[in-house]
Amino acid sequence: MRIALFITCVNDTLYPRTGRAVVRLLRRLGHEVVFPEAQTCCGQLHYNTGYRREAQKLAVRFVETFADADAVLAPSGSCAAMVRDNYPRLCAPGSRLDRAAAELAPRVHDLSELLVDVLGVTDVGAYFPHTVTYHPTCHGLRLLKLRDRPYRLLRNVRGIDLRELEGSAECCGFGGTFAMKNADVSAAMAADKARNVAATGAEVLCAVDNSCLMHIGGTLRRQRAGVATVHLAEILASTEQEPARL
Amino acid sequence: MSPDHSSPGAGHAAQDRAAGHATFLGMLPFPEAAERAVGDSQLRHNLRMATRTIRHKREEVVGELDDWSALRAAGKAVKDRTLRHLDTYLERLEAAVTAAGGRVHWAADAAEANEIVTGLVRATGETDVVKVKSMATQEIELNEALAQAGIIAYETDLAELIVQLSDDLPSHILVPAIHRNRAEIREIFRDRMAAWGVAAPEGLGDDPRALAEAARVHLRERFLRSRVAISGANFAVADTGTMVVLESEGNGRMCLTLPQTLISVVGIEKVVPTWSDLEVFLQLLPRSSTGERMNPYTSTWTGVAPGDGPQEFHLVLLDNGRSDVLADEVGRQALRCIRCSACLNICPVYERTGGHAYGSVYPGPIGAILTPQLRGTASAQEASLPYASSLCGACYEVCPVAIDIPEVLVHLREEVAASPGHRAEKAAMGAAGWVLGGERRLGAAQRAASAARSVVPRRMPGPASAWTDTRDIPEIPEESFRAWWRREGAAEPAPGADPAEPGRSGGDEEGGRR
Repeated sequence: MRIALFITCVNDTLYPRTGRAVVRLLRRLGHEVVFPEAQTCCGQLHYNTGYRREAQKLAVRFVETFADADAVLAPSGSCAAMVRDNYPRLCAPGSRLDRAAAELAPRVHDLSELLVDVLGVTDVGAYFPHTVTYHPTCHGLRLLKLRDRPYRLLRNVRGIDLRELEGSAECCGFGGTFAMKNADVSAAMAADKARNVAATGAEVLCAVDNSCLMHIGGTLRRQRAGVATVHLAEILASTEQEPARL
Repeated sequence: MSPDHSSPGAGHAAQDRAAGHATFLGMLPFPEAAERAVGDSQLRHNLRMATRTIRHKREEVVGELDDWSALRAAGKAVKDRTLRHLDTYLERLEAAVTAAGGRVHWAADAAEANEIVTGLVRATGETDVVKVKSMATQEIELNEALAQAGIIAYETDLAELIVQLSDDLPSHILVPAIHRNRAEIREIFRDRMAAWGVAAPEGLGDDPRALAEAARVHLRERFLRSRVAISGANFAVADTGTMVVLESEGNGRMCLTLPQTLISVVGIEKVVPTWSDLEVFLQLLPRSSTGERMNPYTSTWTGVAPGDGPQEFHLVLLDNGRSDVLADEVGRQALRCIRCSACLNICPVYERTGGHAYGSVYPGPIGAILTPQLRGTASAQEASLPYASSLCGACYEVCPVAIDIPEVLVHLREEVAASPGHRAEKAAMGAAGWVLGGERRLGAAQRAASAARSVVPRRMPGPASAWTDTRDIPEIPEESFRAWWRREGAAEPAPGADPAEPGRSGGDEEGGRR
């Protein structure tokens, strides 16, 4: 299958290794990856902060860039949710953008959706000999409703020791500009999340959203907790021949 | 001078207390208030224990019902239909209440409502009133208005009593003293009860039973003495003119049945058309609020019944900003709220800050969308509330009437962002919009970031310190994804080659351009 990668601005700028892992994984599974270079950002930052006009412009760009794609992969749960859940709120009902966005939305997927629902695979032949716990980010949980998809993928990874995370459904406290505007509450939430992560004994925290991982991981690193944070794609891309480096 | 109290000088002390009642006026913006709250270890512990307990109880009893989502949809639909024809149902309610021997008063705002109630109490000649727990009267600060007129309002809900005795503010819709633990409550009873009536018994311990018994004895004397009661209502049935109050303690029922005069202050959005509409909410509310299948006391009254209960009944219908909320197509869903508190109990922000940080009788997620709508967003305090959320969506998920709180929060953020001020943020958002407005600009910004990667400090000055005070920043990569893609990612790998291998660093980034 030909898959258009929407890398997302955060991954593009700060986590290219997640993008490279996605490319490697999908090619290994026999699919073609294209990267439309006109892409930039879904507009979530502006939308969530109350800057609707700027968000609309970015939505137009996204829809135009990906209009012809058979399937769009956004390796960030909240960006996929932005397109599917919030674009309808952003567009004037019945407008051209509204119709185009609605037409495109069902073809926009998070990584676990793409693999499980579209490509029909739960065992991607990965090898990751580490103790891992999974944080099901808020937008993955409540907007995309990923349910057990990421767990099904992780359970099939060879060598993995998957640990359950206490209070997993609770927000980590990132929330985009929330982390800056309400830094104290955000830090208090991260402290509790970090405590729960540490309690699992895992050496790796995994999620489908690098923004949340940037926040939890930044907290863990500040504490010198010795827990690495990796995107689901990096675990799934890891093989015995080419194991992921932490 | 108020009637004699069981302890000497109690009348004066109570009046002083009532006059000096704490108020939500002039509160700090949310981030500053929250900074204080998250540093309070006792508060954090009390809230963690309490919210988790109620949250789990709710989850259990909601999980028992197979048709919960249908009930939730029905609750939403009934409220939406009622709000669409609010004028019709309010006039129907007025007619039914009047026909049943009650009197209906219309109050456009808090001042008008307070004036009406004060006048009604004055007309009875009484200077003491007992109160049923009510959010509407808290909202209009009725107790303070009554105190100015020399009338003392005695709260009779256990948690409201704790708040009143300690000259505190409520911090939760359902459990106003949720921020207190039983050791603190024991001290409050021991030190303050005597000034308000019957004193706490000697040697009072912190066993919940003993605390409840002390409150019972204290309140019982008050119930038997009072001739005027003030309440709110959870629902008002338009068809029959019936008021409905749900409660756990029975103290509300004492107030609703014993006095001669009953005055109910009810928000106009509390009306439901019929008893069969009410049935939906009698299932939704207890499970969502206290986590019970059914609440212990459900009191209903329709006008007056000769020889039974209060012989004079007044209904004060309160607008106080609700019509403005109704006019907002996105924001109006907040008027569906049935004040269950499920959103407070599930909210990770509320759990860490408690209710006082929200600077309103309506704290938590619902407060963050209701307060700015009722009071406007002109002041820094109200303007900060729509941002008091990480938009995690847990509140929407548990809301029994499906209020999409994150949607309204974003809508209100748009209102705040469009208002004057916030120049630094507007500049930053404008700059981000410009960079993201074109792939070349984004690429250039990424190259600049990568070039500076080795000199980025671990702790940043200025606004960025909000991040780096508690979190490390991620390491900036040598090249962005798009730079890597242009250089070598786009090329299909030869069999066995690994496209994920970063390989040579510092390659010509435009080299792979095709």
